[in-house]
Amino acid sequence: MIRDLAASPRVLEVTDLATQFKTPDGIVHAVNGVSFHVDQGETLGMVGESGCGKSVTVLSLLRLIPSPPGEILRGQADFLGVDLLKMSPDEIRRVRGGQIAMVFQDPMTSFNPVLTMGRQLTEPLELHLGMTGKQAEERAAELLQMVGIPNAADRLKDYPHQFSGGMRQRVMIAMALSCSPQILIADEPTTALDVTIQAQIIELVKRLRDEIGMAIIWITHDLGIIAGLADRVVVMYGGYIIEHAPVKELYANPLHPYTIGLLGSLPRLDQQKERLTSIEGMPPILLEEPKYCPFAPRCVNVHERCRQENPPLLSVAPQHEVACWVDVRTGRLRV
Amino acid sequence: MEPAVQVLPQESIPNGKALLKVEGLVKHFPILRGVIQRSVGAVRAVDGITFDVTAGETFGLVGESGCGKSTAGRTILQLYRPTAGHVWFDGADLTTLKGDDLRRMRRHMQMIFQDPYASLNPRMMISDIVGEPLLVHKTLPRQEIPGRVRELLHLVGLSPTLANRYPHEFSGGQRQRIGVARALALQPRLIICDEPISALDVSIQAQVINLLEDLQNRFNLTYIFIAHDLSMVRHISDRVAVMYLGILVELADRDEIYLNPLHPYSQALLSAVPVADPLVEEHRRRVILEGDVPSPINPPSGCRFRTRCPIAQERCAQEVPEWRELRPDHWVACHFAEGGGII
Repeated sequence: MIRDLAASPRVLEVTDLATQFKTPDGIVHAVNGVSFHVDQGETLGMVGESGCGKSVTVLSLLRLIPSPPGEILRGQADFLGVDLLKMSPDEIRRVRGGQIAMVFQDPMTSFNPVLTMGRQLTEPLELHLGMTGKQAEERAAELLQMVGIPNAADRLKDYPHQFSGGMRQRVMIAMALSCSPQILIADEPTTALDVTIQAQIIELVKRLRDEIGMAIIWITHDLGIIAGLADRVVVMYGGYIIEHAPVKELYANPLHPYTIGLLGSLPRLDQQKERLTSIEGMPPILLEEPKYCPFAPRCVNVHERCRQENPPLLSVAPQHEVACWVDVRTGRLRV
Repeated sequence: MEPAVQVLPQESIPNGKALLKVEGLVKHFPILRGVIQRSVGAVRAVDGITFDVTAGETFGLVGESGCGKSTAGRTILQLYRPTAGHVWFDGADLTTLKGDDLRRMRRHMQMIFQDPYASLNPRMMISDIVGEPLLVHKTLPRQEIPGRVRELLHLVGLSPTLANRYPHEFSGGQRQRIGVARALALQPRLIICDEPISALDVSIQAQVINLLEDLQNRFNLTYIFIAHDLSMVRHISDRVAVMYLGILVELADRDEIYLNPLHPYSQALLSAVPVADPLVEEHRRRVILEGDVPSPINPPSGCRFRTRCPIAQERCAQEVPEWRELRPDHWVACHFAEGGGII
């Protein structure tokens, strides 16, 4: 599948987004100025380990950060000409679940356990699309059928606990897509699922993406999923985007030592590695204000400059940006 | 400086011979209802599995959640008493041992648990956690325990100066190292690793896996590695067994099972694992299984996989497929394994 990246209109442009949390231990610098965009119909993979800021980034966009303790410090999020971060609570509520929908990691806690699935599915339809109860119910049954749930009309009367994990995630996706969103944000939607069920869900999302043509932001720590699903990838570390490239370019020529380390630390199903290359040390503690490269303490290529100044995300090849002072191919500083 | 770690006692079973024999192992958990706690059924978590583990090898046990792989591990160690079957370790049938006899055998078999947050007592210092097995089994005079604990911490890559800290002061990866140190304390021959890395971040997983491999080479350990991450199991194992709904469906050498899976379930499972390479993913054929794993309370008749199997026939509902060695050292339980399956 080849997508012409230049031709699709931009649906979301995020610039210099920064979010902090005030905690008793100090200020957690969760997201420290990230910029990225998504075009219509494309899938952006957002990769990183726990605590790298990927979830906080998208929750900030939808203004779902509890405040206090959270605070969006600065940034813009241009969604079809409007800044999401400047919308009134009423306006953003209309966007959320409507034009921008989200699927969360845990399919059990994302539903209200005391309401039937039908009630939860029809609510956004009535709210965002102004359907009547009967219309909404018919549409809800259609949606369940679309995501491959048998006896859809009967199952609307069931409660969340009567569905299996994979089924719940399907309903979650049906709910997210019910109002034909421009953007679907999926935050580790398959992490809690078994691999055969994960394959079902990914297959389903790919099919629906091609049918509906929405943009997807898929957040995960799994570089395997991203390889088969995304068009472009941003890699996050310590609250920064440290690398950004089209998916094939990123896997073929990773330029940030962290991305290289991450790919090296993965065992492959289709080949036998003698030994995994591990990244020594631990992910950064976000309580310290970042003044230098967040990866410097774990980096094998570290130079003096890395401990003094934080490298900006710079374009180093066509469509390939990296935030690193060092050119990993030569081991020397970039000039 | 390398600490002077005692060399293991001369093993009674040399490498390459079976250290552990599991024979028809069954574990059912009764479902109790009502005031008199009448048994109304059973969760048939492990329903008759048979395999050998060779001394010095890593035996991978894979399957999806609820397939019984963790229960199998715990039943082998007699943490759960089996409903039926035998477990022979170093010539002794563990299922017949009790009390002190069993405790003496337990020294040689240890376990590393999945959740590094739940498996360490938060009120105990690291030195006590790692030293506890030595105290319980009285393998060392009491005054030598602190020194041994420092050696063990050093072995797993932790600074011995951390011995007087509590678990909450450590990250997930460090806690798993503490779990490894505790498992090593008694110089066991067999360690059952139950999903030892699934709670850890990707970059930390490789650290722990490399540590386990180094320790295996150094101390001639035998591992049973239980996991759902098939890529990692391929990386670390010598032989791999695939479990589905309480039984083994396939068992073979690592490369054999990954290159030539014979059971439709293994084939589907392997095809579902994403590979971190867009060029490979572009051309992969994926077998998407329909539906979910049935309940182990009432598993399907005949072949347990038949309700999701794309090539199931009449016969699969009636006859339980025989566990047979279709190729040398390649075992499979499927009536139609000769037909090439679903790939």
